[in-house]
Amino acid sequence: MRHTTSNLIFTTGLMMGFFSLRFMLDLNFSAEQLLYVGRDGRYQVQQDSQHVHTGENKSSAANSSHTTRILCWIMTGPKNLESRTNHIRETWAKRCDKVLYMSSVKTDFPTVDLNVSEGRDNLYWKTIRAFQYIHQHHLDEADWFLKADDDTFVVVENLRYTLSKYDPEKPLYLGRRFTPFISQGYMSGGAGYVLSKEALRRFVKGFNTGECTHFSTIEDMALGKCMETMKVEPADSRDVKGRQTFHAYPPDYYLIRQPPRPRPWYLLYDHYTPIEGPDCCSDFVVSFHYIYAVQLYVLEYLTYHLRPYGYKYRFNPEDKTDFNATTKSM
Amino acid sequence: MLSEGGSFMKGVVLGGLFCLVLSLLGSFSPGTESRTEDHHHHHVKAPSDDELQRLSDTRVQELSNQVRVSCIIMVQPKILVYWATAVDTWSKHCDKAVFYTSESSKALDAVDLNEKDDWARLRKALKHAYENAGDLRWFFVAQPTTFAIIENLKYLVLTKDPSEPFYLGNAMKSGELEYVLYDSGIVLSYEALKRLVHVFQDEDKCPERGRALWKLSEDKQLAVCLKYTGVYAENGEDAHGKGLFNSKSVDSLITDSMRDNPTNVVEGCCSNMAVTFNGMSPNQMQVMMYGVYRLRPYGHDFHDSLMFHPPEGSDND
Repeated sequence: MRHTTSNLIFTTGLMMGFFSLRFMLDLNFSAEQLLYVGRDGRYQVQQDSQHVHTGENKSSAANSSHTTRILCWIMTGPKNLESRTNHIRETWAKRCDKVLYMSSVKTDFPTVDLNVSEGRDNLYWKTIRAFQYIHQHHLDEADWFLKADDDTFVVVENLRYTLSKYDPEKPLYLGRRFTPFISQGYMSGGAGYVLSKEALRRFVKGFNTGECTHFSTIEDMALGKCMETMKVEPADSRDVKGRQTFHAYPPDYYLIRQPPRPRPWYLLYDHYTPIEGPDCCSDFVVSFHYIYAVQLYVLEYLTYHLRPYGYKYRFNPEDKTDFNATTKSM
Repeated sequence: MLSEGGSFMKGVVLGGLFCLVLSLLGSFSPGTESRTEDHHHHHVKAPSDDELQRLSDTRVQELSNQVRVSCIIMVQPKILVYWATAVDTWSKHCDKAVFYTSESSKALDAVDLNEKDDWARLRKALKHAYENAGDLRWFFVAQPTTFAIIENLKYLVLTKDPSEPFYLGNAMKSGELEYVLYDSGIVLSYEALKRLVHVFQDEDKCPERGRALWKLSEDKQLAVCLKYTGVYAENGEDAHGKGLFNSKSVDSLITDSMRDNPTNVVEGCCSNMAVTFNGMSPNQMQVMMYGVYRLRPYGHDFHDSLMFHPPEGSDND
């Protein structure tokens, strides 16, 4: 009897000794780990998730007293939801402050029913109805209103950066400026264009008063006419080095080096003298057009994921020493 | 009473000792994945953030200055445009880039090896690179259709000692032989190249004209020769185990990923620190220069431990 009690006490002692030392050893390790986490914490945030904004905010260029909320609306239709719009939803659309998919049929995608049928000839009707819808339901949710096609790739952060130096209460709109047909020009539809809040108000007002009408089915040109009528100004979307941010075609149409030559057909409409080769396009590009599923993900990968580790980029607009005077060419 | 207390204390002491012994045997290391390189693991991983942070700033600076790459690019006049594209694009980021051709061309600058046989030409190129290494300690062999991001190659080998034998890339297995695929780029440390050049002189182990009834491809030949010197192929991977050397183009890999990971296409595709792609057209390579070295979202800053500067006199990066 005494023997078993003595064994029991011994075993209890054994277990107590084992677990208390184990506990002490664990504490020791956790303390070390805490030290590493302390240093890690800073780096983890910046290196791990690549969508973290570090001290960016609107410390950029000029006037940053206003916010830059962007509402994106995408011109689409039932035929393209799965093959195109779906991939936009998987990639850049989520970076807009608000996104609306405009169609002719209401669905759970979700899409908005504009009460306009599909077809190339109805693009301007869809545009009018889309902006009217946004004006009615979402005006206060954003400062800028972007229209994009379902084959446009947009880098929303760069759009925000480009817009940060403009006041959304001023009547202006930005995009890839084209020259013909309208005296102040107009913005390419495929490259995407963005209206300030005041520009949106004036567009809707124009249709209310009859100053603007559906006089043509050519959406971008017709919208440009309305903008001109309502005294909305086309602003310059190029970067400080005069490089374009909005593009009406895919990157290879612009970036490939060419010998000096007359403008190819796809650059004939450009308002600012187009440059072929590396200086065509800004590092902080806003859009490319005719981008379908595979290319969309490729651009997403190249923009947000693949990078040269440790590389010091040449173009650093915030670096005061790098600041070059704009070379605006006509 | 006393004897019971005594046996209790004996128990405590024994229990404690037992625990200590167990934990020492378990060689418990505080949450790090760094283990000494065991070449028979067959993969080489890029340093993790933990590893880099464990080094002092000066040490990291030292390492990034020391890791310098000599690029060996095999070209042919038949496909001049690939040659010209390599010159104008990714090869500008090598510390030294030498082009080796099978026949000379007035149009472009290359070392004419005057050798039609692919394996013999590769041998000559490697020997030439070794003899002219200067103080470069890492060697990267590429084909005309390869596109490489040299900064990411440097990141991969940053903490590796080039006086140890390393033979890295996209490692494949063919029967018993593990070898690095040619078209996604081959990385050799100075020691590996040194051993290779020496075994070239051994006609039995590493014949100049293959004696086999069927010709082994050059990449397999290379693996065979290196194996005789005790150097084995290893797969180059990022800190998460994703392969860094790709035998396909970005488009092709994304297409595969859309099929295999439709809800997570980009994350499921390729590494953020990829070193090579293959099968890209010259135009695609020009677009890649923009995509890799310029295109980015404003405001996403990375505080990398290393710094690599853009090359002089280049306008597309």
